[in-house]
Order: sequence, then C-alpha cells, then structure tokens
Amino acid sequence: MARSTLRRFRQDRLPSPLIRVALWGAAAAVALAVAGCGEQSPLKPESDPARDIAKLTWWMFGIAGVVFGGAVVMLLIGWLTRREEGLPFIGKRSNVETGAVVVFGIVIPVVVLIGVFAFANLVVLDDTDAPKASSTELTVEVTGNQWFWEVRYPGTKAVTANEIHIPVRTRVNLVGKTDDVIHSIWIPQLNRKIDTVPGHRNRILLYADKPGRYRGQCAEFCGLQHAHMSMYVFADPPERFRAWLRNMERPEAPPAGPSARGGKRIFMANQCASCHTIRGTAARGDIGPDLTHLRDRTTLAGLTIPNRGDYLLRWIRDPQHFKPGNKMPALGLSDAQIQKLVTYLEGLR
Amino acid sequence: MATMPAPLARQRTERLQRIWEEPKGLVGWLTTVDHKRIGLMFLFTSLAFFAAGGVEALLIRTQLIRPDNGLLSPGAFNEAMTMHGVTMIFLVVVPMSIGAFGNYLLPLMIGARDLAFPRMNALSFWIYVASGLFVYTGLAIGSAPDAGWFDYLPLGSKQYSPGPNVDFYTLGLIFNGISSTATAVNLIVTTFKLRAPGMSLNRMPLFCYAMLATSFALVFALPPLNTALIFLELDRALGFHFFDVTKGGDPLLWQHLFWIFGHPEVYIIILPAFGIATAIIPTFARRKMVAFPLVALAEILVAFIGFGVWAHHMFAVGLDTITTIYFAAASLIIVIPSGIQLFAWITTIVTGRPRFKTPLLWIVGFIVLFLLGGLSGVTFAAIPFDQQLTDTYYVVAHFHYVIFGAAVFPLLGGMFYWFPKVTGRMYHERAGQASFWLSFVGMNLTFFPMHIVGLLGMPRRQYTYPHGLGWDGYNLVETIGSYLLAAGLLMVVTNLAVSLFRGVPAGNDPFGGDTLEWSTTSPPPSYNFAVIPRVTSPYAMWDREDRQADQRDLAGPAERVLDEGHETPASSVLDADWDEILEMPAKSWSPILLAAALAAGFTMLLTRHYVIAAVVALLALVVLGGWHWKEPQEA
Repeated sequence: MARSTLRRFRQDRLPSPLIRVALWGAAAAVALAVAGCGEQSPLKPESDPARDIAKLTWWMFGIAGVVFGGAVVMLLIGWLTRREEGLPFIGKRSNVETGAVVVFGIVIPVVVLIGVFAFANLVVLDDTDAPKASSTELTVEVTGNQWFWEVRYPGTKAVTANEIHIPVRTRVNLVGKTDDVIHSIWIPQLNRKIDTVPGHRNRILLYADKPGRYRGQCAEFCGLQHAHMSMYVFADPPERFRAWLRNMERPEAPPAGPSARGGKRIFMANQCASCHTIRGTAARGDIGPDLTHLRDRTTLAGLTIPNRGDYLLRWIRDPQHFKPGNKMPALGLSDAQIQKLVTYLEGLR
Repeated sequence: MATMPAPLARQRTERLQRIWEEPKGLVGWLTTVDHKRIGLMFLFTSLAFFAAGGVEALLIRTQLIRPDNGLLSPGAFNEAMTMHGVTMIFLVVVPMSIGAFGNYLLPLMIGARDLAFPRMNALSFWIYVASGLFVYTGLAIGSAPDAGWFDYLPLGSKQYSPGPNVDFYTLGLIFNGISSTATAVNLIVTTFKLRAPGMSLNRMPLFCYAMLATSFALVFALPPLNTALIFLELDRALGFHFFDVTKGGDPLLWQHLFWIFGHPEVYIIILPAFGIATAIIPTFARRKMVAFPLVALAEILVAFIGFGVWAHHMFAVGLDTITTIYFAAASLIIVIPSGIQLFAWITTIVTGRPRFKTPLLWIVGFIVLFLLGGLSGVTFAAIPFDQQLTDTYYVVAHFHYVIFGAAVFPLLGGMFYWFPKVTGRMYHERAGQASFWLSFVGMNLTFFPMHIVGLLGMPRRQYTYPHGLGWDGYNLVETIGSYLLAAGLLMVVTNLAVSLFRGVPAGNDPFGGDTLEWSTTSPPPSYNFAVIPRVTSPYAMWDREDRQADQRDLAGPAERVLDEGHETPASSVLDADWDEILEMPAKSWSPILLAAALAAGFTMLLTRHYVIAAVVALLALVVLGGWHWKEPQEA
C-alpha cells in the first residue's frame, strides 16, 4: 500500500502554481496603479508634506515591486527546472548557492535599505516633523472628545467643532490634544497623522496649496463611535478666513422671532444647556460641542449627517439613531418643542 | 520490509511498550504526560479557537460588506474585533505552533522520548484551555473585551470601560501567559539537554533552532506584557494610577510595555512557521538546505533584534525625532535575517528537484505571501510613511500577510506534511492541492485590497464607513474573499478528517523526510524510539547507515535501549555527549487539578472576591505540594 502511495506521488500531474502566483502579482500591481481616487486619500496630496510622503510611497512600491518580481521569477525558474539539480547554466556549485543567498539576502537589501532610510528618515522627515514655532503664522488647537473634535484658535474666542478653517497657503501650527481617550488627527491630503494623548501636546504642520475642502478622520480606535469621528478642513483665501474668524469670535446671535425665542427658552430650561455652550448665554456645558455658530457648519455629529433642519430635528428627537452610543440623551420633548429648538439653532450663524 | 525482529528485539519493544503505555479512554487523556498526546490536545483545542476566531472574522467582514451596514451594533463589532485579535494571537497561533507542533515534533526530531518536564507540559495545556475558556466566558455573558487587542489606555481604564469586559482580557492574558512561559521553558531545556547523543548544536535540525529561538523570545517577551497587565488590573481593581495622567501616570507607559512584548510576539508567531518551512523544503526539494549556518544564525538573530524595534508601533504618538530615527534603523536591520532565510528557501527550491506536493505548495504560497507582507513591513521603517498609513487598512493588510500568510500557511502545510506521521494515513493529494489554491486565492482577495483601501484613507477598527470615499468595491471584494478563504480552510479540515478514516496507509516515511521523526512508526510508539538514535548530521534520516545501525542495536547493548524503566538520556548542551539517564515522570492528576485551582483563583479575582482567591491560592499550593510529594515515577 505504501508503495502505491509513492507511485501516485510521482505520477500526479500538477497545475502550474507559480504562473498563477505571477498572474496574481501582476493583477495586484495593476489594481494598485489605478488606485488613488477619493477625498481622503494620502495618494492625492495637496501640500508639500503629503506630496513628499506620496512620492516616498511610490518609490518604495517601485522597489518592492522589483524585489517581489525578482523573487517570483526565481521561484518560476525553480518550477521550470524542477527535474534538474543545481542552477540553470551554472549547475551544482555550493559556493554559488551560498553566494546567491548572501547577495540577495544581505548585500542588495543593505544597499537598498540605506537608500530608503536616508531618503525617508532624513529628507522627507524634515517636512513632516513638528514645525518650528517661529515658522508658522497661526495656531489651531484641535481637541479629541468621544466622539467629536473641538477646534479653538488660541488668542481668539473662536470655538467650533469638526470643521477646521485655515487660510490657504499659510503655515498653520496644529496642536492636537484630548479631553478623554487617545484619538488621532488625520487629514491625509495635507499631512501625516498625529495622535492626541492625555497629558501630551503634539504638533504638526497644517498647510494647503489650494482652497478647498479636505476630509479627515480619527485614526486611533477610541470606542463605540470611532467610525463617526470625521472632520473637514476648509482652506479659504486669507481675507475670507479672517472674516470667518471674526464672526466666530462673536457671541450668540440673539434669536429673531417668537419661535426662535421659544426655542432658546426650551434650550436653557432643559438638559441642552448643561452639556453645550452657546457663548453669550447661560449655556456653558462642556460635554458636547460648542453650538454658538452651529449654522456655520456643514455637517453634524462628526460628519455623520448633513447640517439641515430636517436632520437636526430627527437628531434631537432620537440622538441615538444615527450615532448609537454618543453621549446625547433623548429629552422627551414634543415635536412642536423640537421644531422651535431647531428654529433657534438654525439662527445661530 | 525489514527482516523479522529478533526475539530479543521484540522482547525489548514489548517491555518498552508496557513501561510507557498510558491508560486508554478519558482518564488517559486527562492524566497524560505524553508529549504527543498533549501536542494533539493543543492542536484540537487551538483548531476549535481558530474556528471561533474565524467566525468573528466573518462577522466583521460581513458587517463591512457595504457602507452603513447594520448587521452588528458598534458594541458588538468592537467585541468581535477585539476577540478576533485576542483569539488568533493568544489562543490560536502561539498554542498551535509551539504547543502543538513544537510539543509533538521537537522530541521526535532530537531523538528524545518526551519533553524535559512532562507534567509541566500537561499543566501548560490545561492552563491554556482554562484561560481560553476564561476569556470566552466574557463573550458568553455578553461582556467580551472590547477595547481592541492592544487595549490602549485610557480607553481600557475603569473610567472609559467600566464593565468587566477588559478584566476578562487582563486576567485572561496573565493566566494564558503562564501556559506559554511553561511551554517555552520546557522546549528550551528539552532542546539543550535531551538531544540524542551526537546531535551537537550544529547538527540540530533548523526546525529546532526556530523553536529554540521562539521559546527564548517568549520567555523574555512575556514579562513586560505581564507587568503591563498587572499594572492595568491594579488600576482597574484597586484604584492605582499607573496610566492615569491626572495622577502622574502616563498612558504611553502602556504602549511601551505592550509593544516591548508585542513586536517580539510577531517573531514568536512567525519563527515556528519558518521552522516548518525549513523542515518541509529540503524533503520536497530533495536536497539539503542552502546556507544552513546562515539560516540558523538568522533565526536566532530575528528573535534577538525583534526586541529592539517596538517603538515603530508608536511613530504617531509624538515621540521625539531622534527616538523614531533609532527605531526606524533597528526595524530596517531586521530585514536582513529575514532576507537571508527567504533567499535560502528560494535557492534551495531552485537548485533542488522540487516535487510540488501539497505541503510544498503551502510553503511556496507562504514564501510569496511573506514576501509581500515583508515588503509592506519594510515601508513602515520609513517614518513619514508609517505616520501616514499607520492605523489604516494598509496595516491590517500587512499584518495579515504576515500572520495569516507567513504563519498560518506553513502551519497548514505542516498539518499535511506530518499528517501521515501522526495518523499513519495519507491525506488526499488532489483535494489538498485544491484546498491550497482556494485558500491562496481567498487570502489574496481578502487582504490585498486592504492595502488599497488603506491607501485611499480608510482607518482600521471602524464598525462602518460612509459611501462615496472609493472604499465600497474593495470592501465587497474583501468580504467575498473571506468566504472563499473560509471555504478553503473547511476543505483542509474535511480532507484531513476524512483521510483519518479513509486514507491510504502511509508507512513510516512517505516523503523521504530528512529528520528523525520519520524513523519511527506512524503513528510513533509511546516511547518514540526503541533505540536512542546516534546522530552524525542535521539530516539524520538521510544517513542510512546510522539508522540501520539503530535497527541492529535493538538487539545490541542495553544502554541504547533503556528498557529498565521510564527513562530517556540527557546529553551535554553543546556537543550532546551522553550525560546521564533521566527517570521520567508518569501520568498524573496534579496538572489538571492545579490548572483548575488557578482557574478558580482567577475567576475570584475577576469577581473581586479576594479572600476566596487567597483560599484558592492556598488550595493550589496544596496541589503543588501533592505534585512534589512523591517521586515522579510513582505519582
């Protein structure tokens, strides 16, 4: 019986495994080449640091592709010469074999790795490291909270959430902090990420070549709603940015009309005021985001839903629907009350 | 076949059989100290946890099949994701590679009759089972760990994780660490002291080098993890402040301690797989390994350098630049020993006359996947790139190529390779090859697109994602791939399960293997070797005269048969000169009782019944006393 097993062993025909492996590699390379679309892609850089990283990425992938291809070709040769001992043309020479291991396993890697190391960690790093304090013109403080970002502009009274405005083509010093657990600020088109760690103030450069909107997201697992903790960076022409900042510094715009005034009373009389701040009013809570200029933002709840009256109404009616686990409770208000609240909040420009 | 055994030879094997035999049935399994039976129990238990971890993976993938999917709640997703990681790392790969493969094969490869500490080996297994059940109890009562497998602080602190979820993680892993440490110490002592006479260190098979390096890495890697876990449990249970920044602690302390363990752990996971590759390749390439000393050295270097690179997991936390540069350089250096091994395998295959049978197919697949995983790993030593792509799906792709491709593929190849040895029957070759191709395609469909979504900006560990960022199609492909992969793995299990009953009898050495396990019957007898083999090269099985001499000596001088008692020889560390004869312990109830007492103790710590925990600890001491009361042979 054992003998028949052995015979079967020799006779079994084989598919050509290594060819399939090679095809796979090729398909994968093509797939990767067409990649690079999307609003949050590190491969679509819009600033010098991000561009450097993208360049570094393609270089490394190029080198890796050559190494991978070379190794797969060697395995293919192994399959093609499976009936002969030794190397093709060279034959059986053990010093050549050991030499091959030394060359491919030690010499070539050392040379390539020194190159990668020098380029990545001495050249590119210069751009992506924390900027010198004197080299920046503006500081933005971004504080991670479960699960939204609080945005402040030190030296001004401006506070907002999840949507960072910066002047275009201006070196901005971004300071990352946290009020609770570790989060990570990541706007891939503009720069690498930086974690926000309790007790630490980490900094990176924020810079955008072109006016526009850049998407970012929390990159460090931070609990239930890690998935809904995104942010936008709006890069505006400097004059527009300054006007925006001046507006953000102002306190609440007093409610106009009876419905909005009713909404404000409801806001102040219920739990809303103990968790949110509206500057210029009695609401000074710090659990949820500052709402002084809520209407200025394009989205709600860390980019979970658009900032529109209908969404705002549904959010207040059942805050756990869109973002289960967030800290806002349902308040048990009537639809009429909620409608008034929405009218008030929509007036906060 | 060989000639009829001479009467003296038959007498001796029968006597050895009587001395080494253990009771059949359940009691036999509960009290066994036979490394082969314990190895099999490790295998089956780790396969069961593999199935659980696999189901968790499929749940994760099904949730992510399309944007804004509602299959799992955020909480359930976080539990599935955490349990998947904890299960695969602590309850599957490590127990399977050192507990099952190391345990079963190492003594057979070095010509020993058991591990150095057979009862500690049994203890290690029972603690492993108990710790696995302990962690899964959390899942069963709806409080599974949910702060991720690396459980960053302060998310895992009492303040942000008030339930018992994280306590199951902390205490469960401390408990589990006892098992890994015990097995590692056992394998180290066994490798150093129980090698067959003549098997000097330079004649030891490369598989054993890999096991030795892994075991050393485990012994040194677990203390930092245990330190971190004990600190965390003190914080959580007794209000200490190791990681609390408001009281002078620092959450980064956790990250340092965790990754001082966590990075060596990567090599602990893949080194045994490297060992399996270096066992399978020479057999099927029908030639000796190219650059044997370099490969042996590389295996040890990998384990060693692996301790100096941990902070590359922390490049985004805001370490100062010079620190990151040091760790980037160290991380690049580790490429070199990996490169040596990779090209030694490839060159051996190229220059040999390889037979591409199922076990070698898994190994070739492993080489390709490890190449990809290794190359994507190198990119993390470029600090700015690491800071850009860390915590994205690109990382998930990378480490699954390493852990699934480079660790699990060789384990599966090893299951096919040693199946005939362990069961005495052949697996089904054609089905084996088909299962390889299915798994290989499934593996690449699942994990390759993750590189791309990572490069498109998708962070890892999110329970859902919005439409419109270019991620949808890739996620769909990944999920389809994961089901193909699961089908491939089911096919492997089915093949082996059916072959167990229907397979063609395999004989002792169906593949022409190069190491000593192939000189025993299939399955090996309880005493492993009737004649203690004498070894003159690392390819002991290919030294025909030596093995024929072993056969002859069964009727020869008694000192190579050791049929007077439950005995195995010990040899000197470097040259493996015959040192002394060891009396080996026999079956015992103590290990399982001690494991049960420890399980009770950890449960009491979890439920904060410290007095009862102290009482149980005393009970454990009593069991330990009973264990050491009598001579090992009569216990």
